[in-house]
Amino acid sequence: MKQANTYREGPDEAGHFGIFGGRFVAETLMPLILAVETAYEAASADSSFQVELDDYLKNYAGRPSPLYFARRLTDHFGGAKIYFKRDELNHTGSHKINNTLGQILLARRMKKTRIIAETGAGQHGVATATVCALFDLPCVVYMGATDIERQQPNVFRMKLLGAEVVPVTSGTGTLKDAMNEALRDWVANVESTFYIIGTAAGPHPYPAMVRDFQSVIGREARAQMMEAEGRLPDSLVACIGGGSNAIGLFHPFLDDPSVRMFGVEAAGHGIEIGEHAASLTGGRPGVLHGNRTYLLQNDDGQILDAHSISAGLDYPGIGPEHSWLHESGRVDYVSATDAQALEAFQLCSLKEGIIPALEPSHALGYVSTIAPDLPKDHIICMNMCGRGDKDIFTVAKALGTTI
Amino acid sequence: MTNAADSGRIAKRFATLKAAGRGGFVTFLTAGDPDHETFEKILLGLPDAGADLIELGMPFSDPMADGPAIQAASLRALGAGANMGRTLELVKSFRAQDDDTPIILMGYYNPIYSYGVDTFLTDAREAGVDGLIVVDLPPEEDDELCVPALKAGLNFIRLATPTTDDERLPTVLQNTSGFVYYVSVLGITGTKAVASAEVERAVARLQRHTALPIAVGFGIRTAETVRDIAMIADAAVVGSAIVDCIANNLDEEGRPSDGLVDKVHDYVRELSSGLRS
Repeated sequence: MKQANTYREGPDEAGHFGIFGGRFVAETLMPLILAVETAYEAASADSSFQVELDDYLKNYAGRPSPLYFARRLTDHFGGAKIYFKRDELNHTGSHKINNTLGQILLARRMKKTRIIAETGAGQHGVATATVCALFDLPCVVYMGATDIERQQPNVFRMKLLGAEVVPVTSGTGTLKDAMNEALRDWVANVESTFYIIGTAAGPHPYPAMVRDFQSVIGREARAQMMEAEGRLPDSLVACIGGGSNAIGLFHPFLDDPSVRMFGVEAAGHGIEIGEHAASLTGGRPGVLHGNRTYLLQNDDGQILDAHSISAGLDYPGIGPEHSWLHESGRVDYVSATDAQALEAFQLCSLKEGIIPALEPSHALGYVSTIAPDLPKDHIICMNMCGRGDKDIFTVAKALGTTI
Repeated sequence: MTNAADSGRIAKRFATLKAAGRGGFVTFLTAGDPDHETFEKILLGLPDAGADLIELGMPFSDPMADGPAIQAASLRALGAGANMGRTLELVKSFRAQDDDTPIILMGYYNPIYSYGVDTFLTDAREAGVDGLIVVDLPPEEDDELCVPALKAGLNFIRLATPTTDDERLPTVLQNTSGFVYYVSVLGITGTKAVASAEVERAVARLQRHTALPIAVGFGIRTAETVRDIAMIADAAVVGSAIVDCIANNLDEEGRPSDGLVDKVHDYVRELSSGLRS
């Protein structure tokens, strides 16, 4: 077989990354999915779309986000040089705004009058509610009842921004169930409604579109690293639920063979005991939510409940491009447990004065396992994709503290 | 490669209905709801209660196109140990006593993909399945299951919806066989009521594109609507309302109450009563 000379060409016309991806949706949605694809292609080819998006990214979201040398953590681990790509400093506190700004501009081009979204940790819900306030569009956010419980600050934030937050009690009341419910809404309101999917998953063109909107992270990081160090980083590290912040960081570097990449899945209580959210490590290929990808499932193809202390990683699937990058071997997919993430959360707060979200705490948890043994000239760039204000209640509870 | 001959049961049943001058009644129930043994009794009595064709839902943990009634039915069945193998056993047991009533398996792709497409098609055909309806496989993904199913001698019945316009219909109908299932409302199962005037226009539009029989479903809940729809189309499908009848006859622990099986059959009889007067 011919060796691929690029990892950046996918997906093909039908939305496939190797065998992954595709368009596994009900017929009711299919004409709209095709319309989204056409509209996105037209927007991508229209320089005025990018100009408008860039303007909002700069003046509204606050991009570019800094690339920061984490000196005290670097000293603490005593090995590799650790940089953070500071996407937690974006407006709304995470990388999610990069994507929601892009998609809402597309929804406006398509003359859609109503926006829906699913959310796990609430970061995507907040980022969607934010752009809906900005553009004066009604917004309905589906959120699992379990997640509503553990992410109260974000629920209140969405309401302040004018969104309706609909609790989802089916299944386990987490992200996967919220996505089912959002799809049900979409089928019933397909003519008026644009579904802003929050991660690089779902039916084509969403995985590619979300990746493109998030790739601003990697493009900036690349230029900033060249400025800071005069060379590319040796390793990239990012956490993975659906995988949008990771693919955003990785994609611009995929064809640089010297750059190693680590996607960190949530190992929950431990992969060996089965309560985790590590689809690539503990799952197998299947079809859910519009795409073929690695899924946590039983022998009968029933989807299993994921577990993670981080609501944003608590999803039994992963974006299809990650499944492909996993099988092609370009990216290493590893994992960090709840306990490792909690430790990293506290360490980062103490050493750097940065309270990270529980999601990138998983990335840092993995960094803490490799950094000490790497040489001092090894450069790690980790995506600090969200801030931890939303997580203080969860962390307090896990630490046995009452706020 | 040419397609294997299908069982012929679907075509024969629609021909019989046409000869009798009436529309057909299609029941949908989730296989194994509320448990395997109770469901088997329900299934075996459906033809006598008035079901002309039977759709059997393959339980799935994440039924994205279904409303609360069928979501709950899937979870009940899975909770009682349902899986693909047991669904096929139910079909086999039905076929042992009825070789005429068509059985169509309906559901989502992942349990089939997980079972293995080729093995599934062989086992389904052998069990006596006549056709498949897979909600999350649009024509864009025909290579996955539709084309292999046709080759294996199973009908692949496609959903057409209000958003399937004239330009797209030929794509949707291209590999469809058995009949066409028209989804009469924009939305999930069991949530909105159908408007017969709209259905009439939609069926006429479909008939301009295909000679296949047309069944109409989603949102039909009463004997009167069944009769109205079966006059417009070749058959009417009722799902959520029958599934609700099961849900309403469970005790607090979810166990079937005495007489549940008879109640479901009585309800099916009532729904189909307008077709045989």
